[in-house]
Amino acid sequence: MWLRSHRPAAALMKKSEGTRRDFLRACIAGAAVLGTGGSMELLEAAEQSSALVKSRVVIARDPMLRGAGTTVDSKRALNLLDHAMQALFDADHPADPWKNLVRPGDRVGLKVNALGGHAFSSNLQLVEAVCERLQEAGVKANDIVVWDRDTEELERAGFHISSAPNHVQCFGTDRTGYEEDLVTYGSVGSRLSKILTRSCNVLINMPLLKDHDGAGVSMALKNMYGVIHNPNKYHPNGCNPYIADVNMLPDIRTKMRLTICDATTAMYEGGPAYKPQYSWKNNALMVSRDPVALDYVGWQAIERKRAEKKLKTLEAEKRAPLYIATAADAQHRLGTNDPRRIAVIEAQAGR
Amino acid sequence: MAREMISLADVKFPDVSPINEIARGAELGPRLLPLDRRSFLKCAVMAGAVCGISAFAEPCAALLPWAGGPTQGDSQFTAEARFYEKLQNKKIKCKLCPRECVVGDRERGYCGVRENRGGTYYTLVHSRVCAAHIDPIEKKPLFHYLPGTLAFSLATAGCNVNCKFCQNWDISQVRPEQIRADYAPPKTVAELAKQNRCPTIAYTYSEPVIFSEYLMDTADAGHEAGVRSVVVSNGYMQTESLKAAYGKMDAVKIDLKAFSESYYRDVVGGELKPVLDSLVTLRKLGKWTEIVYLVVPTLNDSDSEFRGLVRWIKTNLGVDVPVHFTQFHPQYLLKNLPLTPVPTLERAKAMADAEGLHYVYIGNVPGHPAQNTYCPKCRHLLVERVGLTTGQILIRKGSCPFCKQPIPGIWHA
Repeated sequence: MWLRSHRPAAALMKKSEGTRRDFLRACIAGAAVLGTGGSMELLEAAEQSSALVKSRVVIARDPMLRGAGTTVDSKRALNLLDHAMQALFDADHPADPWKNLVRPGDRVGLKVNALGGHAFSSNLQLVEAVCERLQEAGVKANDIVVWDRDTEELERAGFHISSAPNHVQCFGTDRTGYEEDLVTYGSVGSRLSKILTRSCNVLINMPLLKDHDGAGVSMALKNMYGVIHNPNKYHPNGCNPYIADVNMLPDIRTKMRLTICDATTAMYEGGPAYKPQYSWKNNALMVSRDPVALDYVGWQAIERKRAEKKLKTLEAEKRAPLYIATAADAQHRLGTNDPRRIAVIEAQAGR
Repeated sequence: MAREMISLADVKFPDVSPINEIARGAELGPRLLPLDRRSFLKCAVMAGAVCGISAFAEPCAALLPWAGGPTQGDSQFTAEARFYEKLQNKKIKCKLCPRECVVGDRERGYCGVRENRGGTYYTLVHSRVCAAHIDPIEKKPLFHYLPGTLAFSLATAGCNVNCKFCQNWDISQVRPEQIRADYAPPKTVAELAKQNRCPTIAYTYSEPVIFSEYLMDTADAGHEAGVRSVVVSNGYMQTESLKAAYGKMDAVKIDLKAFSESYYRDVVGGELKPVLDSLVTLRKLGKWTEIVYLVVPTLNDSDSEFRGLVRWIKTNLGVDVPVHFTQFHPQYLLKNLPLTPVPTLERAKAMADAEGLHYVYIGNVPGHPAQNTYCPKCRHLLVERVGLTTGQILIRKGSCPFCKQPIPGIWHA
């Protein structure tokens, strides 16, 4: 299943100059994506036969993202986003990746993380940059909704709340409520935000890079706790297997297209609430279509920072993010946590 | 049975009992034991109650003066929690239940109704009533406590476990802001109970552990007004908080959900041992306690589990504790299992009887003779019940009128 996250079908089509064998491989993978009967076996065979297929995680950096000040510069944020997306999609032009992701008529949800207030929530300039690129790709402004669970939290984080026509929408699930019916997978039974179920067919996940006292780390997969009505029930046992199970809920799994992890400011200890003393100005973005690979790479980044600060590893603290392996296991297949199958691509912006 | 969400402002007051005996009776027709004409008429009266045409189902808009009024703001429902300790970095450790959630700033505990705000822990559900109803006390079920009387029953959102069979998951498994609620301060509840001729306030439906502060304040207000309090709880609580909160109760019903740690871990999301400890503590406190054991097919219905349960009760609580083996109905996350067969309940009762327990009942099976209370000595019928209604109550001065055997319980207001 993680093949799906490597390259969109359109990209495969463009590269169809290969051999008959390559063509068949692409067909098999395509059939697997479409859920054709017996697809798992075909997919496994395709995975085994294709040593080159890796999940891409791009880390794009701009040391001058904030210029001489403390606030992220809007133009540099857009430039950083473009570098990240072009590296992820091997694209020459900033608009190209977005045309592979969305098309006119799509209704796109940007699931941000606004729990940390103004100091530590999904970066406003970055969210604006994403909205700009989506509109350039043909998505109407009012078909974009920036959301998290609570409107007041979004306001505290600095977002402008709006449900006006012809504008990007921005509000919390408290405005729409949750679906009445439970959806279940594995150990999880939850109601989903109506914003996800009714207002979008494409989900772009915009989490933060941070330490989490329960889960170990909180990035792409954990951010989906903001989609369900009962996240408090799924924090025991390091949130494992709950995080993986939540991400298997059909509306999440099928609508998720991309993760743009805001690592402009990150936290290596004391999370999830913002603790300035444990944060660092990282001036980076992480983007991937494989949320498991992104979480794995982000975890390693947090461990490196912890080592630099002479802190114990998360494993030594008995809070290693075990949910990442669960998300990659045979029951979930949400992506890969195998470093041999992850291509980490560094992209430098702002030069 | 479909059930709409409860609000005090609702004109109709649907049934929210955890042991929804009446409603289920309709589903259980073929399983009912043969009824005589008198019993049939009683059942019909009860069915009427469910449909909202008897005193039991009196519309709450007429009962509750605040119903339909403006819902209060968050601050109205927020009070500092009483069972927690402060930690470093603005964290707290909750000391209400055995989970001992360590909660960071602006985070909530497992129950979802307690929040850390800057290092101080708050309950968000004080006086925040999302369900209220006037029920027969038999609906709790409490069979040895003021039979035939009414209980002013209420709940807030939230629960400290997540039972896969929860009947009230749409109020127990939500955060308070996700459900409509009304402001019902303790004194108002006590006054309303009295006005509606309810000698008892019952904290029930969701899980009263998580609204302990409200329960304690309301019990105090009730006692000042001459109204008693009972609680229907899972008993998953720390000993000190249990003593402080349930020490104010006049009777307690504990849902002992199984007699195995694995069931508590996999089906309930809790632990067995603290619940057993709570039962022992309640006995030491001298609180009148009854136990309900919901028998779930294939999960907690083995002979060995029944035997272990009843022997533990006999050894640790004595033979006079009423035990109700009740029928499971497919709900919430356990819709794949069937109703508990009545013979399974009868097997559990037979084992408990054989071990020498004096008061063993079968619940959720209207018309079953094991809903009645019999003298353990002379076997005479002492309290007759059909569903939730009480027929003859023959107990006199706490004893059997035929052989003078004392019958434990609280029989008179």
